[in-house]
Amino acid sequence: MSLLPFFQWCYQTPIGAAIRDSTWLFPLIEAFHLIGLGLTVGAVLIVDLRLLGVGLRRQPVAQLSAAVEPWLLGSLALMLVSGSALFLSEAIKCYYSFPFWVKMTALLLALVFTFTVRRRLTQTSVASDRSLLGRATAVTSLALWFGVAWGGRWIGFS
Amino acid sequence: MSLLAFFEWLADTPWSVDLHESQYAYPIIESVHVWTMAVFFGLAVMFDLRLLGWTFRKVPIPEFNRRILPWTIAAFVIMVVSGTLLFFAIPLRSYQNIFFRLKMVLLVLAGLNAWFFHARVYPRVIAGPDDGVTKGAKGAKIAGALSLALWIAVVFSGRMIAYNWFDCDRQPQPDIINFLTSCIPAAAEP
Repeated sequence: MSLLPFFQWCYQTPIGAAIRDSTWLFPLIEAFHLIGLGLTVGAVLIVDLRLLGVGLRRQPVAQLSAAVEPWLLGSLALMLVSGSALFLSEAIKCYYSFPFWVKMTALLLALVFTFTVRRRLTQTSVASDRSLLGRATAVTSLALWFGVAWGGRWIGFS
Repeated sequence: MSLLAFFEWLADTPWSVDLHESQYAYPIIESVHVWTMAVFFGLAVMFDLRLLGWTFRKVPIPEFNRRILPWTIAAFVIMVVSGTLLFFAIPLRSYQNIFFRLKMVLLVLAGLNAWFFHARVYPRVIAGPDDGVTKGAKGAKIAGALSLALWIAVVFSGRMIAYNWFDCDRQPQPDIINFLTSCIPAAAEP
């Protein structure tokens, strides 16, 4: 079954149409999306740098993870809401965009990885300082989020 | 030579034209600019949140400064280099873009705030009775709040540079807009 009818339906929603009809809405929502991107990257980096042994090395991983948790969740919510609105306004373009599918795949993987493997590791601090497991988790996390950022930026160029 | 004439000249240099018309170089540089912005902005905001005491309250401010600032600066340098190249590719249009001008003003303000914090406030934070562990000086909170607001405004104005609503070649514009963009509209056809 093709997803195209669903994307066409998204495109025709009142929200999508309102954003398309407005001069300001799309850029404004996109700016909020960028703020969310920065916040997410910051919240992810604080923990991943620590896991790599190059950031706040003296702080327990679990403590840093708990400190960024509300900001990570808040920024992800901002990204999902603003991103969904942007998507509705150009859903058909997205359907035919290769970077869009790269982004959605990377996003799904990044979210699943962040809230399963990475969360368990950071909350329990099973990783000893700069352990191989911690480093591998950080590298995987950064690679997945970079995939999201790459796809996101490239949707605009395609 | 006026700035306008200089940027007109710059826009006609072969390197600027090549970059402007390149199929891959321009989008790649712009991507690098956005990605390093995310790293810079994200880490700067994390530091601001610490200064405000909104999170990371157990992390001493000096440790945050020492361990995170180098990464923030590295991202800032790449961001400025890539941003300069983007300007170099489209100098005249950027120079006359109202959001670009707003962004430059905000950048200067954000820079002054950062300078004031590191030169005047930070020494008092480390000299404080608790070594900046639980709370910083009052100035630290103000610096953090200003930094947060200014960088958010920089990102917003930066994003809007891409739009030509107030560009000089789109007339008529209100006089105030043409004044703010140093635009002298071409005389109307008689």
